Amino acid sequence: MFKNILAATFLLGLAGTAAIAADAKISDPQIAHIAYTAGQIDVTAAEQALKKSKNTDVIEFAKTMERDHKAVNEQALALVKKLKVTPEDNKVSKSLNAQATKELAKLGALDGSAFDKAYVDNEVAYHKAVNSALADQLIPSAKNAELKSLLETGLALFKEHQMHAEHLAGMTK
Amino acid sequence: MDAMKAIRAPVIVAGLLLMASGTAAPAAEYQIVVAKMKFGSPPDRLHVGDVIVWRNDDIFHHTATARDASFDIDLPAKSQARMTIERVGAVKFYCRLHPMMTGELNVQP
Repeated sequence: MFKNILAATFLLGLAGTAAIAADAKISDPQIAHIAYTAGQIDVTAAEQALKKSKNTDVIEFAKTMERDHKAVNEQALALVKKLKVTPEDNKVSKSLNAQATKELAKLGALDGSAFDKAYVDNEVAYHKAVNSALADQLIPSAKNAELKSLLETGLALFKEHQMHAEHLAGMTK
Repeated sequence: MDAMKAIRAPVIVAGLLLMASGTAAPAAEYQIVVAKMKFGSPPDRLHVGDVIVWRNDDIFHHTATARDASFDIDLPAKSQARMTIERVGAVKFYCRLHPMMTGELNVQP
């Protein structure tokens, strides 16, 4: 039931992770692709916020999202290069991208405080969803120890970002 | 040979005394490690004049910033910075870039 509710909302893409893990074992190249995609989506969202927002707190938050997720993704790229792994596109990544494109368009139509609120609310939901996917699916499924460790770093980061976003959501109400 | 021993003994004693006075001296150096988006626990007994080395092991940029603005240490990824404690009292600190990362220094005279 809970899964159905998730699937019906923004979390559609990430709920798909459970399906993949249950159907066929999710591979490290797929996990790397999903994690990189999840980070890149948040960088793109931050870039949009930096163009549109005039709220200092929102701008500072977006700068942090951009900086941190770029840092993780740089590490991810260095790791896949070192491991000679080619990240593999998959239905979770595709679904995440499709959802993110819709969200960008939705937010693109908003301005001022309406934009700030929608961006921050989305950041809360997005980080929450990615946290669950990392903790419940991606980290347990990862076989390579270095990949697992980087995902754990990502989870620690996403958790702080989620709390930061929640704090900000309380201020932008 | 006996004379050598006689000379050596006081030197060793002096060395031990120096070491003992070194550890008991008021100024000490402590490290607070920032890792996995958390500040490590600050030492229990801090005194004015002690040095804190903030060491950022994360791949993320952090700061160690006092709520009362008494210090603001910039900590780029994989860097460290030293700070001498200048005042007595409890000082709450946080990371300006990640405000959910917090801690507190308790400084005695």
